[in-house]
Amino acid sequence: MQEQPQQDGIVGRANREGAELFRQWFADLNRTAADGGAAAYVFVMGSLCEVLRAFDLPVVFPEINSLQMAVRRVAHEYLNVAEDYGYSPDICGYVKADIAVQLRGGEHPMGRIPKPSLAVLTNACNTYIKWAEIWERFHHIPVFTLDVPGTRAAGTQTRRGDGDFENDRAYVQAQITELIELCERVTRRKFDIDRLRETMACANEMSRAWKRILDFNKSRPSVFNALTDGTIYLGVSNGFRGTREGARYFTNLAEEMAVKAVQGIGTLTDEKYRLTFIGVPCYPIFRRFNELFMHWGGTFVHSTYLWFASGGANLGFEYDLARPLESLAEGTLIGVRGAMDNMFYPDRPVLDMIDAFHLDGVVYHPVKSCRTTSAGMADSRRTLMAARDIPSLFIESDMMDRRVVAEAQMKNRIDAFFEGLASRKRQTSPAQ
Amino acid sequence: MAYTAGVDVGSTQTKAIVLDEAKNIAGRALIDTGANVVLAAEHAFEEALKSARVEEEEVEYVVGTGYGRYRVTFGNTQVTEISCHARGAVHMFPGTRTVIDMGGQDTKAIRVRASGEIVDFCMNDKCAAGTGRFLGAASAALDIPLEQLGPVALRAERPVRISTTCTVFAESEVLSWVGKGKKIEDILQGVHQSIAARSIGLLRRVGVEEEITFTGGVARNTGMIEALQNGLRTKLNVSGDSHFVGALGAALFGLDYIVSGRAPAGARRTS
Repeated sequence: MQEQPQQDGIVGRANREGAELFRQWFADLNRTAADGGAAAYVFVMGSLCEVLRAFDLPVVFPEINSLQMAVRRVAHEYLNVAEDYGYSPDICGYVKADIAVQLRGGEHPMGRIPKPSLAVLTNACNTYIKWAEIWERFHHIPVFTLDVPGTRAAGTQTRRGDGDFENDRAYVQAQITELIELCERVTRRKFDIDRLRETMACANEMSRAWKRILDFNKSRPSVFNALTDGTIYLGVSNGFRGTREGARYFTNLAEEMAVKAVQGIGTLTDEKYRLTFIGVPCYPIFRRFNELFMHWGGTFVHSTYLWFASGGANLGFEYDLARPLESLAEGTLIGVRGAMDNMFYPDRPVLDMIDAFHLDGVVYHPVKSCRTTSAGMADSRRTLMAARDIPSLFIESDMMDRRVVAEAQMKNRIDAFFEGLASRKRQTSPAQ
Repeated sequence: MAYTAGVDVGSTQTKAIVLDEAKNIAGRALIDTGANVVLAAEHAFEEALKSARVEEEEVEYVVGTGYGRYRVTFGNTQVTEISCHARGAVHMFPGTRTVIDMGGQDTKAIRVRASGEIVDFCMNDKCAAGTGRFLGAASAALDIPLEQLGPVALRAERPVRISTTCTVFAESEVLSWVGKGKKIEDILQGVHQSIAARSIGLLRRVGVEEEITFTGGVARNTGMIEALQNGLRTKLNVSGDSHFVGALGAALFGLDYIVSGRAPAGARRTS
């Protein structure tokens, strides 16, 4: 199965521009590290980049730094450093790879990562909290933890207009005000609300485009691969949130996807099976993993990763710039809560995805590193199978540690999955 | 008379079946895989041809399966052993809805429809706990031939509990029970129960639906049949040809080609 050739200046532009933006981002981080400048360490689920960018703070996403090491096939070197230091093999690979970067004075395959001046996190992931505590002790920096009230129980989400929602929003807003005060102390700069409006306007543009982009993949053939292309988009979405470059990139990306949808340019020359991916990708064999599916004419048209790793930007929430702080709190609450829900309770959204994206199958990929995201996947899959007659595949590996990625066994399962899909397709379309 | 063949190249043993167009097994062969997978496949196929008294030219379609399926260089296509065990089990026992296949290094639980189509499957992950290798470790530790393990285990009165799930550590745990003076049959029953418990866990993940058919090399072990039946509280379908179910399934996929002119759904041509 071949990938579609790139046809003109627009098609394939996003991947080129994405790579260039990544180089630019890391070059800037290198400069900051060399100059000893301030930097903020943040996470993908609730980065609050809008505030940090308003203070011109460079942002470092240790999760993205870590996955870069796995994609570049050097993660094991870093994991070994952390394990030699005393971290257990059972601890999240993202954390351990970052610890190795800290122990090596910021050394990373893409250059030098600056030391943090502050860390900003949410409670979207329990590991975030312990991870930031490590930096706090390593670097003696302030750590700001935004406590986002999540969904209390299934089916009890607070909504705009509810009293509970307003309480939640006010709670988040009060914390954002504290973050602004902290940023003022760290940067020794006065907060400028108009600058915040600018970063929020850029984030609006990005969110608007992101929602459209995800919807473009409902078309047949699909216009981007949610796993491979999607990871590039997510990188830009996080690293450039609240910037003009990021807004422009996503506007261009939406234009590219529109062109591909209209012209019927798919990611594969012959798209046979449309799949969705639940979980975090298998970065240690990132390209190969995708090839195992592509080989059969399978492509990932969607992924819950595109939701939770974009911090909930998939919802397309747009800030009201007339009341920036209230709206930022509201958007943060909705986005981070959405990210948490999509990570822990993906059942309903995945069911909705089946018809909307014309899915042939669902692939669950629990990872050893993250029991938080993986623990409930077997149950989610069971719920899916009880609700709909759709084939699903459950393969376990890791997003960082190649020691627990068994390609031969993985291939065997993937091949059997496609044999089942082919058999089912033949029964429904006997001519094939 | 037209024939097809299925060659199942497993991690420990290679099995081949020659099937006639009336779906009768004309010949079979079972050999150790060894280090040369290509030769093992060729050798097993030749032995099966001899056993069937069929010339190679009479075999119209050959399907390779098992971990070494891509090394069946003379084969027309490959199908995974997951699909083949499902197909073979339903052919042998048409009431089959769940298959437990226990081989040398992996155990598969497969839920199937009456058509043989796979509903779901699950396998042991990245380690050989709960597979034939676990029995191999016990056999080595106790110096008892593999084929004797089951009958000896069935004599147990007070089975021990084997707590480790690691095949490597199982050997030292077995020896520690020997050191404590436990009877060999009680230790072996513990080993069988430990493997059965792991396998039943896999079955529960795909959902157990009767009838259950036990396939693979370990299905020849009477102690394991008993341990699984006790754990599942039901009788299992076990054929005298349990070892050959994967190869049989592969040959049946080949027969589809002869009958309909269509390759197995999703099958890959040998390059």
